[in-house]
Amino acid sequence: MRVRFWGTRGSIPVALTVDGLRRKLIAALRGASGRVFRDEAELEAYVDGLSFADGATFGGHTSCVEIENGGPDFVICDLGTGVRPFGQSALSRDGSGRTYHVFLSHVHWDHIMGLPFFTPAYIPGNRVVIYGGHAHLESALRRQQEQPSFPVDFSTFRADISFVRLEPGRWHDVAGMRVLVKLQRHGGDSFGFRFEQDGKACVYSTDSEHDLGNRKETDSFVEFFRGADLVIFDAMYSLADAISVKADWGHSSNIAGVELCHAAGVKHLCMFHHEPAFDDASIARVLADTRRYEEICRTGAPMTVTAAYDGMEIDL
Amino acid sequence: MHCPTHAYADVVVAAATGRIDFAGAQALEAALAPALEPGSAIRGVVVDLSRVDYISSVGLRVLMVAAKALRARKAAIAVASLQPVVAEIFEISRFHHVVDVRGNLRDAIGAISPQALAAYDRTAERT
Repeated sequence: MRVRFWGTRGSIPVALTVDGLRRKLIAALRGASGRVFRDEAELEAYVDGLSFADGATFGGHTSCVEIENGGPDFVICDLGTGVRPFGQSALSRDGSGRTYHVFLSHVHWDHIMGLPFFTPAYIPGNRVVIYGGHAHLESALRRQQEQPSFPVDFSTFRADISFVRLEPGRWHDVAGMRVLVKLQRHGGDSFGFRFEQDGKACVYSTDSEHDLGNRKETDSFVEFFRGADLVIFDAMYSLADAISVKADWGHSSNIAGVELCHAAGVKHLCMFHHEPAFDDASIARVLADTRRYEEICRTGAPMTVTAAYDGMEIDL
Repeated sequence: MHCPTHAYADVVVAAATGRIDFAGAQALEAALAPALEPGSAIRGVVVDLSRVDYISSVGLRVLMVAAKALRARKAAIAVASLQPVVAEIFEISRFHHVVDVRGNLRDAIGAISPQALAAYDRTAERT
């Protein structure tokens, strides 16, 4: 199983700014001061050795994650703006005449806004099956393409598009995988998905607030995450923000992510749905802090902690 | 987790010990509860963390709930004497921005109430 991130930002898409790029260039040039690069390979090695914040970017597309499971179909979670580059990539991978399985956590704007730009949906012969726990998946997707909000109506799609409502708390068989659906705490509800195949487990749990004082609810998430090889976790806010000024905003923290994943014996925690106000240096700082917190409260084997970025791939 | 309390004039000091995990958080919550009651004349609470070697998100949540309740009636909360690891947890969780963190108990008490500081100093002189 390979997990590929096409959009990792929360709430609204963002882009690297001129000031942000300038800071990276200055840092890279400062580090290269006095050095001589004899060939392209040395230059590339230098760039590859820069810190992520200086030499790369976390990206700014909203939620879209691909799960490549070796089968003939495509599987993705959410239709944020990251689904546009996913669609281009899928077409370059012989994406016509294929089935696209889409798991929608919920229909808030940042999780559906990429659909009108998802090219495979316009191609006859393709099949797009959209799964989720909400009753209103289809109406929400149709509505965002109605006049005057968008000029291309949903009916313009030429792929065969269908909707499947999944009952939470039950296992479902989709695209060769077992999928468990879990109701999550978020405005209007959201749903997490646990994908299992060939002894590997990946959990996609975004837009999910955790009531840390509620033992029953906490235990249910520990069970949902239990032994997973990868948990993609909404770590949008600091813990202080998540339980004070941003309480009831429907998101979680890096601290909650570490504690839940530790309790569940998860191998890899991947922080996701990054705060749009954060630049690359801020996200890198949160990542370093989170790795330190994992170290502080570790009682068993080390858990891998990463921060998702657009283009990141994780092999399970 | 053990958490005895002591009042210095109008400030209550809760001296926590050990790990403030889920069970510890319940003990801390119980220790702070009388000071949070709406009719209480307490001007503030100080949690002495000098003997605490770990605090989880549930423990931090107890401090946040206490802070909100106290601020609602213009009272204050502070934490004092954090061990290095606990200080790190406060920074990682950004709690140092929402709860007053003081280097020692005397500073924390004095930041809330001069009367409580005087009472604390009198006690310290006797001991």
